[in-house]
Amino acid sequence: MSKNSNLSVLLNGIIKENPVLVLILGTCPTLATTGTVDGALGMGLAALAVLVCSNVFISLLRNVIPETMRIPCYIVIIAGFVTVVKMIVQAYLPDLYATLGVYLDLITVNCIILGRAEMFAGKNPVIRSALDGVGMGLGFTLSLVVMATIREVFGSGSFAGYEIPFMQEYTIAFLTKAPGGLLVYGLLIALIYVVTKGAFPKKKSFSCEGCPNASNCYTPNCAEKGVEN
Amino acid sequence: MSSLTKLMISPHIHCGRSTGGIMRDVLIALLPATLAGTLIFGLRALLVVLVCVAACVLFELLFNLITKQAQTVGDLSAAVTGLLLALNLPVNIPIWQCVVGSLFAIVVVKCLFGGIGNNLVNPAITARVFMLVAFGSLAIPAFPVDAVASATPLAAEQMPSLMTLFLGNYGGAIGETSTLALLIGGIYLLVRRVITWHIPVVFIGTVFVFSFFMEGFDAVRALSMVMAGGLVIGAFFMATDYVTSPATPWGKVLFALGAGLFTCLIRYFGNYPEGVSFAILFMNILTPYIGRWTRRKVFGTGGDK
Repeated sequence: MSKNSNLSVLLNGIIKENPVLVLILGTCPTLATTGTVDGALGMGLAALAVLVCSNVFISLLRNVIPETMRIPCYIVIIAGFVTVVKMIVQAYLPDLYATLGVYLDLITVNCIILGRAEMFAGKNPVIRSALDGVGMGLGFTLSLVVMATIREVFGSGSFAGYEIPFMQEYTIAFLTKAPGGLLVYGLLIALIYVVTKGAFPKKKSFSCEGCPNASNCYTPNCAEKGVEN
Repeated sequence: MSSLTKLMISPHIHCGRSTGGIMRDVLIALLPATLAGTLIFGLRALLVVLVCVAACVLFELLFNLITKQAQTVGDLSAAVTGLLLALNLPVNIPIWQCVVGSLFAIVVVKCLFGGIGNNLVNPAITARVFMLVAFGSLAIPAFPVDAVASATPLAAEQMPSLMTLFLGNYGGAIGETSTLALLIGGIYLLVRRVITWHIPVVFIGTVFVFSFFMEGFDAVRALSMVMAGGLVIGAFFMATDYVTSPATPWGKVLFALGAGLFTCLIRYFGNYPEGVSFAILFMNILTPYIGRWTRRKVFGTGGDK
């Protein structure tokens, strides 16, 4: 599988460049909606839909949008799709709409979507942008569901609203609250780092020239100094 | 393991102490409190202690095995963490919560940050705070076997007498009630030079002075505030942890002053009746900065300008 094949673009978002656990994007909805599996799944799928649509649309317009005005243009496009998704959810899934509340609107400023528009869709053809959107969206949904599963099963002893009989007596309510969310989030990031052996982000070769501390630095094993002396 | 030994210039003389030896001293110093807790709260207190110690040692063993690191169970620090955690829990706590607390203390707070010497905050304190927030079960009253008292006298209108507070026959966590037993352990640590006087004296002194003013210049009430709750065990055994408290004398004084101040602020103005663990946890986080402010000048580099 070559590095730039369409398949690798799709798969990148799921583990290697997982938006939540590796790129650390979209932390706000991640922490806010992973108290329950239902909320996490709904949030993930809504963001997936917006991400695919906006990636395709931005990719189509990438030669028309002027460089200096690109951020406002992206936001307008994303906000448009968010409004569509929000109205659909409100009409057909009123329960989910009530659960997600303001976070549905906030998909507009979800940094995963703007980030992928900026990093990928603005520079790549339509098909690849769509695949990137699907991969990133799936990665987002997957991490949210995994996190929500941990928090709901151990925090309130249920899964997607169905009570697990044995776990009911051994709940750690802390996990359903915001600090518990941060705790689970941190542990998951650590786990992914171990699994991928910190492959991404790649460690940059570091030279003293670009280093702001170079004039005060006495570190003996600093790469460049070691070579020169 | 004092970091002073690393600051000094040669010749280096090894005093012959090891982490294991120091931890053994701490375990010995905690024995009176464990014994007092068992006498006051019954045999279940001993069960809680054994479960916490066993769980902490086991989790450290397993973590080191799974991550293929050098085995550090032998230095007894996990046993100390387990014992301290148990002594800070009420006697009627469900056993499974003890295990979860030990898991949090050893794996999350200590091992994931790099094991002994690298933890940012005291594992036992953090686990206690975690359990307080996670289960809320530490607020459940734990009565001594033959006395009627409230969960912690700090929440009650009527304080027990000074003698009761001194001997420890009132409600609270297993190891925190008996001031006498804790003082014996604390003096043992001071005599063995495991700890210095700075943190316990300044910590307890700050709380006494603050309480003295808050209680309307009533020395007896202020003394009650010192002996009730987790202050004595916190000041002697938790706040003096080498890893999470400053190494310099002035740093220790600052650290203890802050801890005493926050303890009183939480006790008098906060939502919780007891604030010792929160105060120590907060000062643990500030420790690197205190260490930096109170760093000694290297000899020969010039004085103040």
